[in-house]
Amino acid sequence: MKVEIVGTAKPRSERLIEKALAACGFLSIAVTLGILFTLASETIGFFKEVSFGQFFGDTQWTPLFSSKHFGIWPLVSGTLLTAGIAILVALPLGLLAAVYLSEFASARSRSFLKPALEVLAGVPTIVYGFFALIVVTPILQSLFPGVQGFNALSAGMVMGIMIIPMISSLTEDALRAVPDALREASYGLGASKPATILKVVLPAASSGIIASVLLAVSRAIGETMIVAIAAGQQATLTVDPQGPVQTMTAFIVQVSMGDTPAGSLEYRTIFAVASALFVMTFAINAVSQRIARKYRGYSA
Amino acid sequence: MNNPQETRRVWPEKLFYGLCLSAVIIPLGILVLLLGKVGMDGVARIDWGFITHYPSRLPARAGILPAMVGSIYLIGLTALIAVPVGIGAAIYLQEYGKNSRWADMIELNIANLAGVPSIIYGLLGLGFFVRTLGMGRSLLAGACTLALLILPVIIMSAREALRTVPDRTREAAYGLGATQWQVVRQVVLPVAMPGMMTGSILAISRAIGETAPLIVVGALTYLTFLPNSPFSAFSALPIQIYNWVSRPQEAFVTNAASGIIVLLVIMLVMNSLAILLRNRLERRLK
Repeated sequence: MKVEIVGTAKPRSERLIEKALAACGFLSIAVTLGILFTLASETIGFFKEVSFGQFFGDTQWTPLFSSKHFGIWPLVSGTLLTAGIAILVALPLGLLAAVYLSEFASARSRSFLKPALEVLAGVPTIVYGFFALIVVTPILQSLFPGVQGFNALSAGMVMGIMIIPMISSLTEDALRAVPDALREASYGLGASKPATILKVVLPAASSGIIASVLLAVSRAIGETMIVAIAAGQQATLTVDPQGPVQTMTAFIVQVSMGDTPAGSLEYRTIFAVASALFVMTFAINAVSQRIARKYRGYSA
Repeated sequence: MNNPQETRRVWPEKLFYGLCLSAVIIPLGILVLLLGKVGMDGVARIDWGFITHYPSRLPARAGILPAMVGSIYLIGLTALIAVPVGIGAAIYLQEYGKNSRWADMIELNIANLAGVPSIIYGLLGLGFFVRTLGMGRSLLAGACTLALLILPVIIMSAREALRTVPDRTREAAYGLGATQWQVVRQVVLPVAMPGMMTGSILAISRAIGETAPLIVVGALTYLTFLPNSPFSAFSALPIQIYNWVSRPQEAFVTNAASGIIVLLVIMLVMNSLAILLRNRLERRLK
């Protein structure tokens, strides 16, 4: 490699470059502040018109109807229902897939199975939405006659497929960080491979696994297009997966598809809902990061 | 060996192995099913007319021209904004800001930003770019929003690439009397460039499929003209697909499948481009 030694570069220009680069770095902090400020200012405007008590106390969500109710719970329940179904699908599959890749697969099969699994996370969510509505829902309807055209079950299941690679790849990292000495000690005591994995390796990696699952939960809560397409637009306080629900994200999409003038109550409503969504995902991410840091301490 | 204890132990082991293997096979099978269904539904509808027509009330006459052109402009603008800023931030964090408290803070902040749902970026775009800066529901507002969305990914992958440059290369250059910027510009960047480009292209190709933030920013589904400036109204492929898939008529759903094929092909081309570029740059460096 050729390095030109030019002794004429002025310290001043060097400092200028460093400042410009630092500005790029600080832009990311500006983005965070921008998000906080934008959400907060419109949410404050929202709460000037709608009381706190109604937002957290009412059980109906009908801001687009003539008789308006602003109780967030139907949206929260819809969000948690679809995210819960997604985790029910993704947790066992993601965990077992990680065990396969880390404990059973040869280096060669791992080298193509792992990227292939990760393709699942790279498919645009709009494609999953199409799949949920056009393929999965009709299959579910033929199995269970109670399933409606828009339902939480189909959206949640397809969302689960999408987040499998999130769980499997972080869990696999955690499993690989478990020292082989633990496995060998377990074999030495006469334990079989499944017993070693279930009773030694998985518990040793538990904090990494929990961190990965929390990240997946947060991703499922913030996921938009699958639920907007397949779960419906009806905000109902229900735990029935066969019927339609509306998630927080789907509500934002529903309002955005219409014409909402800035400053109107509908406009502010989506910011209030987004604030609630932001707080939920941020809290889950923070816990996950904290656990992950603890786990890094263990494996080191 | 016919020890009964041994055989008893073997079948649960096989069962467990089978379970783990099927946890890999089932998701991959679903992926194949998904792509197969999209392909079978959509491929017949793709022809020159589909690519060169404007949207229409009649599904058989509807095309994706404005959505496709919108997506291409959007990606170009997004890349122009996000790649230089992202790489600049990565250089600052990795080469200049080591051990500084600001850099630690920025790093934590980037990790947090990466976990913010994409639709929240849409609201940032709506509140800040569309309203406060007065860009309106324009191509530029959409591109700025997407740029902020992929910025954390670009910064993280660019840092990864910078980290692969061994410190002894830097020290050798310093030993020859180079200044810090000269070291970065002439020694570190040429080595890290393939990795940074690959990471950036992958991030941008993910941005093509982003739908939710663009809906919030205000992309249109029915456009009868092509965007001719950064301030034009715009549509994008995933927005058009969403519009078609939410219509009851079967023929529009077919159009959605065809739109998905076009979207996936563009993503595939970009990903292949990323790999090709990386291979070429790596070869040139050797």
